[in-house]
Amino acid sequence: MPSTPLDTDADPAWQTVTPSVRDLFTGFLMLGLTAFGGALPLAHRMVVDRHRWLTNAEFTDLLGLCQFLPGGNIINLSVAIGMKFHGLRGAVSALLGLIAAPSLIVIALGTVYDIYRDDPHIRHLFAGLAAAAAGLLISMAIRITLPLRQRKPLIAVAALCFVGVAFLRWPLLPTMLVLTPLSILITWRFKL
Amino acid sequence: MTSTLLSLAIIFTQLSLLAFGGGNTILPEMQRQVVDVHHWMTAETFSSLFALGQAAPGPNLMVVTLVGWHVAGWMGVLVTTLAKFGPSSIVTIIALFTWERFKDKPWRRLVQVAIMPITAGLFLASAVVITQASVHTWVLGGITAICAWLAVTTRIHPLWLLAAGSLVGLSGIGQG
Repeated sequence: MPSTPLDTDADPAWQTVTPSVRDLFTGFLMLGLTAFGGALPLAHRMVVDRHRWLTNAEFTDLLGLCQFLPGGNIINLSVAIGMKFHGLRGAVSALLGLIAAPSLIVIALGTVYDIYRDDPHIRHLFAGLAAAAAGLLISMAIRITLPLRQRKPLIAVAALCFVGVAFLRWPLLPTMLVLTPLSILITWRFKL
Repeated sequence: MTSTLLSLAIIFTQLSLLAFGGGNTILPEMQRQVVDVHHWMTAETFSSLFALGQAAPGPNLMVVTLVGWHVAGWMGVLVTTLAKFGPSSIVTIIALFTWERFKDKPWRRLVQVAIMPITAGLFLASAVVITQASVHTWVLGGITAICAWLAVTTRIHPLWLLAAGSLVGLSGIGQG
């Protein structure tokens, strides 16, 4: 596999390839099957390095859109890439490809869990798995919170949101309807 | 049954449209709805399903599929999948047509920065909600703490941490 130049647009030998609807499905199917714990780096490798569907710049631009919108980044990315090449048909193929295999795999795991949940060994195993998953979630929360050190006034918004949702069990919709304008106001006032 | 499916559809459509900052931000609300409001499962079962979703490949939050499966079988899977992935995908498709016009506007950056602390607060809340439901012995707490510490300080693959946690769990040490 040739390494990708950082600026794919500046390299005259680097040409993008237009995928068929089938390519979109199989490409995202493979991504869904191989992406464990964070699909983003793998998505970049598949879309830019391996299949050359997009240049680096195009990928970064689309990802920026996907991160701005609600929904999982990879989910949105599959829809956006499918849409770009083949409209609605492409979007549906890419999205279905991405979620087909993982859906069947979790259902299989869930079935095993349902059947054996009263077996003490399986119960212990799942307790350990859940504890480890909680640890990973804590690490993600830390990584996402740390950059706020550069924008101190916003820490108050994060703290309010955290306490309200975690301990006072505020529902999400009203929480966001109140905190988002507040956060925008603070961001604007403090020129963050 | 129909009313259950309708509830699933409403809950996950709302979650789909509120999931700013990626999947995990909606975890506390999903748990609140599924456990506290509808009593479809205990908090502990929810945490186990979340953990299963993390152990499987693919996008974040495969727990969505499992909640549908657990509550209403294949129809539940179909309804939660459509409700969770449909609405946000439609927003993405619509936004694609206007992205060129708004991506360089100052308000776009303003909103993106303003969303950051909310995402952070929701991630922290997710961590607390899932940890509270998953950790009820010292050993399980130890697994959580060590995994969190290793995941922050090293580049070890998350799947190894999940596997190691499961093995320590399987040993049954400290779980009564």
